[in-house]
Amino acid sequence: MLDELEKGRWPSFVSDMKQEAAAREKTKVDLQAPRESIDDLLGLLELTYQDKVVHWKHGGIVGVFGYGGGVIGRYCDQPDQFPGVRDFHTLRVNQPGNKFYSTEYLRQLCDLWERRGSGITNMHGSTGDIILLGTTTPQLEEIFYELTHNLHQDLGGSGSNLRTPSDCLGMARCEYACYDTTALCYNLTMEYQDELHRPAFPYKFKFKFDGCPNGCVASIARADMSIIGTWRDDIRIDQAAVKAYVGGEFKPNGGAHSGRDWGTFDIQKEVIDLCPTHCMSWNGKKLVIDNKECNRCMHCINVMPRALRIGLDRGASILFGAKAPILEGAQMSTLTIPFVKVEEPYDEIKAIIEKVWDYWAEEGRNRERLGELMQRQGFQKFLEVLGLKPDPRMIREPRSNPYVFWKEEDVPGGWERDIQEFRKKHKK
Amino acid sequence: MPTINLAGKTYEVDEDGFLQELDKWSEDFASAYAKEEGIDGALTDEHWKVINYLRDYYAKFGIAPMIRKLCKETGFDLKKIYELFPSGPAKGACKLAGLAKPTGCV
Ligand code: HEM
Ligand code: HEM
Ligand code: SF4
Ligand code: SF4
Repeated sequence: MLDELEKGRWPSFVSDMKQEAAAREKTKVDLQAPRESIDDLLGLLELTYQDKVVHWKHGGIVGVFGYGGGVIGRYCDQPDQFPGVRDFHTLRVNQPGNKFYSTEYLRQLCDLWERRGSGITNMHGSTGDIILLGTTTPQLEEIFYELTHNLHQDLGGSGSNLRTPSDCLGMARCEYACYDTTALCYNLTMEYQDELHRPAFPYKFKFKFDGCPNGCVASIARADMSIIGTWRDDIRIDQAAVKAYVGGEFKPNGGAHSGRDWGTFDIQKEVIDLCPTHCMSWNGKKLVIDNKECNRCMHCINVMPRALRIGLDRGASILFGAKAPILEGAQMSTLTIPFVKVEEPYDEIKAIIEKVWDYWAEEGRNRERLGELMQRQGFQKFLEVLGLKPDPRMIREPRSNPYVFWKEEDVPGGWERDIQEFRKKHKK
Repeated sequence: MPTINLAGKTYEVDEDGFLQELDKWSEDFASAYAKEEGIDGALTDEHWKVINYLRDYYAKFGIAPMIRKLCKETGFDLKKIYELFPSGPAKGACKLAGLAKPTGCV
């Protein structure tokens, strides 16, 4: 069945794995993990395709001394038939900011992994880590030693801890970046190494850093704490460049829609009428933006990147609570801090993080994500913990039900009432 | 099912070395097993404080305590726990204490 997946134009993982299996057969490298591990992996997968169930046993607790996470243990449930994948553990290796590599580094990593692992990888895991896919228990400490001593490279996170943070490529190659995502990602990764390597939380916790609301690392959906770049002054307009778009000299959206004939660029139809807050106008000569009504959705900038640029007073919004469905339903992060300056050494952001962790570590139930704790105890409680005042920007709409809790101190007379006093005026 | 030999006795364990028949646990089991989890020399009173706490909690509630609870009740911070059990509270301490293997999204 797997052979079928070598057909077609999309790069075939089956062909790649067969290539690696063939290379392992021939290589003169002194392999430390089973030579036939990829053959057996293909065999096990073929079996899985046939009977449509996984053939890995439940769970697996392995690791390296000093750390409580970073390695995901895995054992095959057909070890006699497929001894090459009897134990087939995954190492998470903390990727560099925005995943820029030198070939020298990748070669070193490949040499190490060819010798001590299966030779196959996942570039990259969804959280961001380099995934080294499949090795045996005795190799774990060996790999860790070489990673740290020769490659100056640490493991990533797993378990009830801070997972490996990741970022969009930000200022390295994007003119929309409102802060240096890579610098902040790196700084916080280093600051919280302990929280990353030694699980101490009720459950997992993820940071992600998007340089602007386009969300190229999807922080709003995939991080308990989403840091999304924004600005609070005016969009910068180059009127001559706007005219060049209108005149057809510049292609809209950087030419992203060139694959189909969408007609000539119509600024009214494609920008002005699509602005979600209707705060733009175009009179044939001049583009005007009523910036106090702009919600910085990025649309106009995305369509005319050579004419419109992000403002100069930049920072980020911080949102909390995104998670997948289990247990209480999927959530995206909720806007909690509308604007914060992002400046080294990031003390303000660190203070926020530590308040959130103190609260969640104290109040969170076993395996309760932050987003669920926010639901259980209420957003108001969360704001109190952070020392923030409620702000209309934190809600999409006010509540519709009237089940409003009041604090006793806010109600004249408090809660202590005497029924006799009431009865003096109201007969039974 | 793999087995492990400790101080002359044989125990059934899973691939990760977690004890399978929890009623077979004894102090000798923990003492003899300690070296495998990177503990040099005999288990100290501090080790036993953690192990006994884990066993009591497990007996009462049927699960391992949350890390924060473990730290609070024993008075050891996480750094101290890793000094005592280099492979950490789950892989190290729970294993020696003879608790069922921690599960979930590790
Ligand atoms: C002067 C007499 C009464 C007044 C002024 C009064 C007033 C009210 C008010 C303001 C509500 C809330 C309506 C809402 O949901 O917004 C309510 C609900 C209710 N009252 Fe009365 N009530 C009176 C007598 C009674 C009596 C005698 C009964 C039953 C024997 C009764 C049964 C209920 C019930 C069952 C509801 C809940 C209805 C629901 O929302 O499902 N009430 N009443
Ligand atoms: C052990 C006895 C009872 C139990 C456990 C009970 C339980 C409940 C519960 C859980 C609700 C729903 C509350 C909500 O959704 O917020 C409710 C609503 C209600 N019950 Fe009962 N109930 C009991 C006895 C009674 C009796 C004896 C009456 C009337 C004589 C009554 C009348 C009502 C009414 C009218 C409502 C609707 C109130 C509203 O939603 O505004 N219940 N009850
Ligand atoms: S999120 Fe924004 S800043 Fe980051 S790469 Fe995407 S468009 Fe650029
Ligand atoms: S960024 Fe969005 S809301 Fe702001 S002016 Fe452009 S299209 Fe309108």
